[in-house]
Amino acid sequence: MNWEPVIGLEIHVQLLTHSKIFSGASTAFGADANTQACAVDVALPGVLPVMNEQAARMAVKFGLAVDAKINRRSVFARKNYFYPDLPKGYQISQYELPIVGEGNLIIDTDDGQKRIGITRAHLEEDAGKSLHEDYHGMTGIDLNRAGTPLIEIVSEPDMRSAKEAVTYLKKMHTLVRYLDICDGNMQEGSFRCDANVSVRPVGQQELGTRTELKNINSFRFVERAIEYEIERQIDILEDGGSVVQETRLYDPDKGETRPMRTKEEAHDYRYFPDPDLPPLELDDDFVEATRQTLPELPNAKQTRFMSQYGLSREDSSQLTAAKELAEYFEAAAGATKGDVKTVSNWIIGDLSGYLNKEHREIAESPVGARQLALLIDRIHDNTISGKIAKEVFDAMWHGEGDADDIINDKGLKQITDTSAIETVIDEVLTRSALQIEQYKSGQNKVFGYFVGQVMKATKGKANPQQVNQILQRKLDA
Amino acid sequence: MHNKPISELANDLVAKTVSSVELTQYFLSRIEQHENLNAFITVDPEFSLAQAREADRRIQQGDKSALIGVPIAHKDIFCTKGLLTTCGSRILSNFVSPYDATVIDRLNQNGAVILGKTNMDEFAMGSSNETSYFGPVKNPWDNATVPGGSSGGSAAAVAARIAPAATGTDTGGSIRQPAAFCGVTGFKPSYGQVSRYGMVAFASSLDQGGPITRSAEDAALLLNVVAGFDARDSTSVQRQTTDFVAGLGEDVQGLRIGLPTQFFGHGLDSEVERTVREALQEYEKLGATLIDIDLPNSDLCVPCYYVLAPSEASSNLARYDGVRYGYRAPDYSNLIDMYMKTRAEGFGEEVKRRIMIGTYALSAGYYDAYYVKAQQLRRLIAQDFEQAFAQCDVIMGPTTPTTAFAIGSKTDDPIAMYLNDIYTISVNLAGLPGISIPVGLDSTGKPIGLQIIGQYFGDTHVLNAAHRFQMTTDWHQLEPPGD
Repeated sequence: MNWEPVIGLEIHVQLLTHSKIFSGASTAFGADANTQACAVDVALPGVLPVMNEQAARMAVKFGLAVDAKINRRSVFARKNYFYPDLPKGYQISQYELPIVGEGNLIIDTDDGQKRIGITRAHLEEDAGKSLHEDYHGMTGIDLNRAGTPLIEIVSEPDMRSAKEAVTYLKKMHTLVRYLDICDGNMQEGSFRCDANVSVRPVGQQELGTRTELKNINSFRFVERAIEYEIERQIDILEDGGSVVQETRLYDPDKGETRPMRTKEEAHDYRYFPDPDLPPLELDDDFVEATRQTLPELPNAKQTRFMSQYGLSREDSSQLTAAKELAEYFEAAAGATKGDVKTVSNWIIGDLSGYLNKEHREIAESPVGARQLALLIDRIHDNTISGKIAKEVFDAMWHGEGDADDIINDKGLKQITDTSAIETVIDEVLTRSALQIEQYKSGQNKVFGYFVGQVMKATKGKANPQQVNQILQRKLDA
Repeated sequence: MHNKPISELANDLVAKTVSSVELTQYFLSRIEQHENLNAFITVDPEFSLAQAREADRRIQQGDKSALIGVPIAHKDIFCTKGLLTTCGSRILSNFVSPYDATVIDRLNQNGAVILGKTNMDEFAMGSSNETSYFGPVKNPWDNATVPGGSSGGSAAAVAARIAPAATGTDTGGSIRQPAAFCGVTGFKPSYGQVSRYGMVAFASSLDQGGPITRSAEDAALLLNVVAGFDARDSTSVQRQTTDFVAGLGEDVQGLRIGLPTQFFGHGLDSEVERTVREALQEYEKLGATLIDIDLPNSDLCVPCYYVLAPSEASSNLARYDGVRYGYRAPDYSNLIDMYMKTRAEGFGEEVKRRIMIGTYALSAGYYDAYYVKAQQLRRLIAQDFEQAFAQCDVIMGPTTPTTAFAIGSKTDDPIAMYLNDIYTISVNLAGLPGISIPVGLDSTGKPIGLQIIGQYFGDTHVLNAAHRFQMTTDWHQLEPPGD
């Protein structure tokens, strides 16, 4: 039987507010334990929550960016359960009436564009952290994170493969950083995800029994965990068994998922409207003012890059994956006299390679957009070849100066003097009688040998087009 | 000195005929003389006298703040920086708050002195002060009877003249009922009038702090200091500041007083009814008119309240888990065991009963039948009042169906205990202001209270109506016997 996976994601996005969602304590990451937890965060007797307007603004900004319904009235509810890092014994969340209603996000798949439905996005507070190491059999509690604002984005079960799920997740990751509402740091937990996975026979309308996967906090883990889970469920069903509805934990070391709790063990959260917080009422002015703060969104930018610069969908997608990268591209493209496609290739190719190798963000690139543009200018005006440009770029990366300085200092300027090139070619041909014979007998690939020899003799500085032309002329003569 | 209204004490202090240290010392010694009442959980003379010295210093510098130097007792539900705040519970029996409640903060800024923390039903759950971990309070009028609850310690302290005034909180009658039982004036403001920040939560949508005093005038004076919008409480209401004392100037000529037929029916003690009706005649003499009104859903108040209040409480009290502060069971084998033992040992029977009722009412499969239904009833009850106020300006009736009952007489019968609040609960459900003032004694010499209910944010009208009665009568001047 052919099986169809059905996947939905729940994404937790930490909002980039300065203070917490219901208190004035700072949200900065990495402070000493419990130094950023005030009376409200510690849930002392008598304290009360006060809604952070900035958090509401960011949630609305997100909602507008996914073309969602903004609920003018949303309600905070208490989600009750006991856990040591949940100080109040309940989490303030939104349940029946979230701030953001139905919306959607378009993703690129192998079969073209696809619309992923967004069910809702609601505001809530993060919990603290339980620290199990270094406490000699006891557990330490750090409440610095308690009360950090989150939006939880719930998708429709619209994804049909692990790859699609990761594409959606990446797109969402791009979007929240464009909107400047989240730093997107998955290691620090600013951007987290759970996946609901089920499978059904192809053609069947009814959904299969789903499991919820947790602890999948990198793009790689998401893909692997979902793939593993799809296979696991198919194996069970093909053996005549049935999938148990449960929450499963992904073990990245073993690359497998294992049961955490079943449906029967699931908490009864006893949601009810929080009597300490009036409903969140938003007026049209608030929503419209927020709409004015929306930047050009990733999909719009991608489309513009295709039409304005004549780039492929794939290249445009890569260049717009981060706002800073897109800005870098446009700055370089605007500054160079060279070809825009060359700029795109350099950024997607060499520059990204160097960045990835050193785990740097584009903003931390030692080679700025204008510097890259100058390098490309030198390729464009034939001062250097594309190959020499790689050497120049490496020197620029290591802080040896601008392209022109490096070209001068290292004497990398391309040889374009026809007579000089001819002299070298003649030398090469003189000592290559055997290869000339081979070439003449029809072994065309030997041509590369001559080019290589010329380049070697000129330390790569000979203009490749000229070398080709002259060689061709002399050999065919 | 102990019979003077706080306005007079404040005048004496500013005129320097008495110092705050002398006054505080005087009331501290009266508290000691009346220790048998068990009205206080915490008295810290050094703490109070330090505040008094500071008030005297400010007075010397010409500070004339409204309550400067006046000692005031606080229900042990208000967080006080540097003093125990137990809420009458073992689970908070070691809790010293690192911050002041807004009510305390405002009084401190005005120069008032914290005289001590008064005894109360555990987490304000009770109508007799018998659920306190620190033992029951005795009614100064008859030591064999309860003072009412949950603000029983505050009401007893004001009645016994061991505190010039006190704060209380009222979730279903917890200011008004003990005020009635102890023959003092107890005012529950409109919901949102007084900040709940730093007031340990029982049922957040119903809790409201307010004064327990010997007169409506004193209540207005205290309210002038503590009431008003607080940015730290999202349910506090932003309105123009009201001068409650200045609002006491109107007469009651032409005042339309609504009498709910449901407040004068089955279960009302005949002596209480007769005394309340005599008080109403006094209002007629003052020019008011009496109108019978209907509050058709009155019967539903108690069941509605006993779903909503425990539901909120079950969640509000989840934070007392032994993890961060308060009592933690000494021996436990793992986390769940620690939670269970801490809460089993830390909470008393009534609190546990309400946590269980509330947890049940909010559970999946029961939520719609209980919580949602009760919220619908709550709206109907509020509508009853809205319709009634189309016909009348204020509503009056007995505060309680009976006078103070004997200690121990209702502890085994929670329902009988809950029925004590049948006239007061609806006021909380509708968020309205209500006051209880003493209007007489029964044949055994126990006080009887008249309740006056006003429209939402009609607090000054309620205080004014009470004040007019107190201007022409002296029931509020009566002292308990034997002092």
